[in-house]
Amino acid sequence: MSVLIYAENAAGKFKKSTFEAVSYAKAIAAQNNTNLIAISIGDVANDELAALGKYGAEKVLNVSNDKLKNFVNQAYASVIAEAAKANGADIVVLSNSFSGRGLAPRLGVKLQAGVADGAVALPEQNGGKFTVKKTAFSGKAFAVVELTSANKVIALTPNSYKVVEDGSAAKVEDFNIEAKASDFKEMIKDIVRSTDKISLPDAEIVVSAGRGMKGPENWGMIEELADLLGAATACSKPVSDAGWRPHEEHVGQTGIAVSPNLYIAIGISGAIQHLAGVSSSKVIVVINKDAEAPFFKVADFGIVGDAFEVLPKLIAAVKEYKASA
Amino acid sequence: MSKILVCISNVPDTTTKITFTDNNTQFNTNGVQFILNPYDEIALARAIELTDGGKGSVTVINVGEANTDATIRKALAIGATDAVRINAKPQDAWYVAYQIAEYVKANPFDLILTGRESIDYNGSKVAGMLGELLDIPSVSIIKKLDATDSEATVEREIEGGKEVLTIPFPFVAGCAEGVAEPKIPNMRGIMSARTKPLTVVEAVDVQTLSQIISYETPAPRGQVNLVPADDAAKLVDLLHTQARVI
Repeated sequence: MSVLIYAENAAGKFKKSTFEAVSYAKAIAAQNNTNLIAISIGDVANDELAALGKYGAEKVLNVSNDKLKNFVNQAYASVIAEAAKANGADIVVLSNSFSGRGLAPRLGVKLQAGVADGAVALPEQNGGKFTVKKTAFSGKAFAVVELTSANKVIALTPNSYKVVEDGSAAKVEDFNIEAKASDFKEMIKDIVRSTDKISLPDAEIVVSAGRGMKGPENWGMIEELADLLGAATACSKPVSDAGWRPHEEHVGQTGIAVSPNLYIAIGISGAIQHLAGVSSSKVIVVINKDAEAPFFKVADFGIVGDAFEVLPKLIAAVKEYKASA
Repeated sequence: MSKILVCISNVPDTTTKITFTDNNTQFNTNGVQFILNPYDEIALARAIELTDGGKGSVTVINVGEANTDATIRKALAIGATDAVRINAKPQDAWYVAYQIAEYVKANPFDLILTGRESIDYNGSKVAGMLGELLDIPSVSIIKKLDATDSEATVEREIEGGKEVLTIPFPFVAGCAEGVAEPKIPNMRGIMSARTKPLTVVEAVDVQTLSQIISYETPAPRGQVNLVPADDAAKLVDLLHTQARVI
């Protein structure tokens, strides 16, 4: 028995969410007195692979061939399942990323494993019961799920487990496997990845704005503040519905749920559907001219004031802080 | 494309305040309004668009007990051709996907759409599990779906970008915002929904692989610390020294 972690890369590099998932999987391996094996698929340099050892992987299986260079859901799931079987892994961990959400259910079926997706804490293992806490009701609650199967698949929510660095370089081995032709029906035509912007699910700081900004032409200030803080930009549902901002930025119950360290909400009143998507943020700052806005009830810090007056001052203050830091 | 299946679930309305009973082991449905899962509405809207003008049919399928019939009728009112309810309490995602896969094996479809996730248990698993059970491709979250007779072009969301894929039919896809605008049923739709076929199928026997044993609500936050509107520097200082997030 062992634990297998699928180490997802983006354009050949591992991301923080991968390091979180490796650290998390290492802790699960430690709970079970077993070792952690990582699997990487795609074009990743050897030193990048070996560096997964820092986060607790003892061995890294490297699957590198032209057909598997880019993500193909069905084929990747087959390869990971084969690696789990070949290494006697009964727990498979991955990040609950966009790709992870595609892989986890297919792995669950292949391995006849219960799937805990959106996990937010380490499993508890008591008296033969294996339970995992996961998000439910779009952030309004958590559910504790018992995985009753012998094999288990866990997909970890990004930004919910701290990266732990206490290991050394891992041993890298090639893992050669021929995925079947029927696993390659889908064809990637194009990959568009913006390199200068921080992606919303991965962001540690999110600057989000709502109808209080009055129109898309006023988003310059939001982007400037986000740039200064190294933050991703987000918005409320009315804003994306009105086409002021793209759907990918819509945070809330029917959009995307985020759990950054800092969520700054500007000109968003705080409808229950929006609050659901941000409730697991560690610190929430609300800027709104309406002192009665429901968002203030769940905020840690707040400013009651007009966004158009507060934002220039906040931008100036952040610049000053940056200059002195 | 002739036949599209849309998997729908019956979920608490987005405005629901979530509470639990029986020592936090049961979701409190008292006074809760149930609706068609908002992401499934997007999937249904796109399915109707793709088959518009007699180009095909849209079947909706739900795994649920008789109390989900109102939601199924809503889907028929929006424009689905017919409906199937697999008569069982939806247990875990595996159980639900298995029931739908068994139905599809006997009644093949060209395209199977789901919502990207249900807004209750936030699983995004049924699409992928169905794909695996039927040995066809699955795409977990799509933002766009265009179709020709033999294949579809979809846009899949990735962190900080998107991927454009072509996939031959049949396949499964989880739909998110961007795929279509939800449709509001008109009076004719509501009237005809009453007479459209809703077939109830008995469930097959299959063991679940997981179960929810309890719920927790997020820890309440303390009182908000209000900073004067003209003192943004103080906010920055608090975020640095007290909250330690910048």
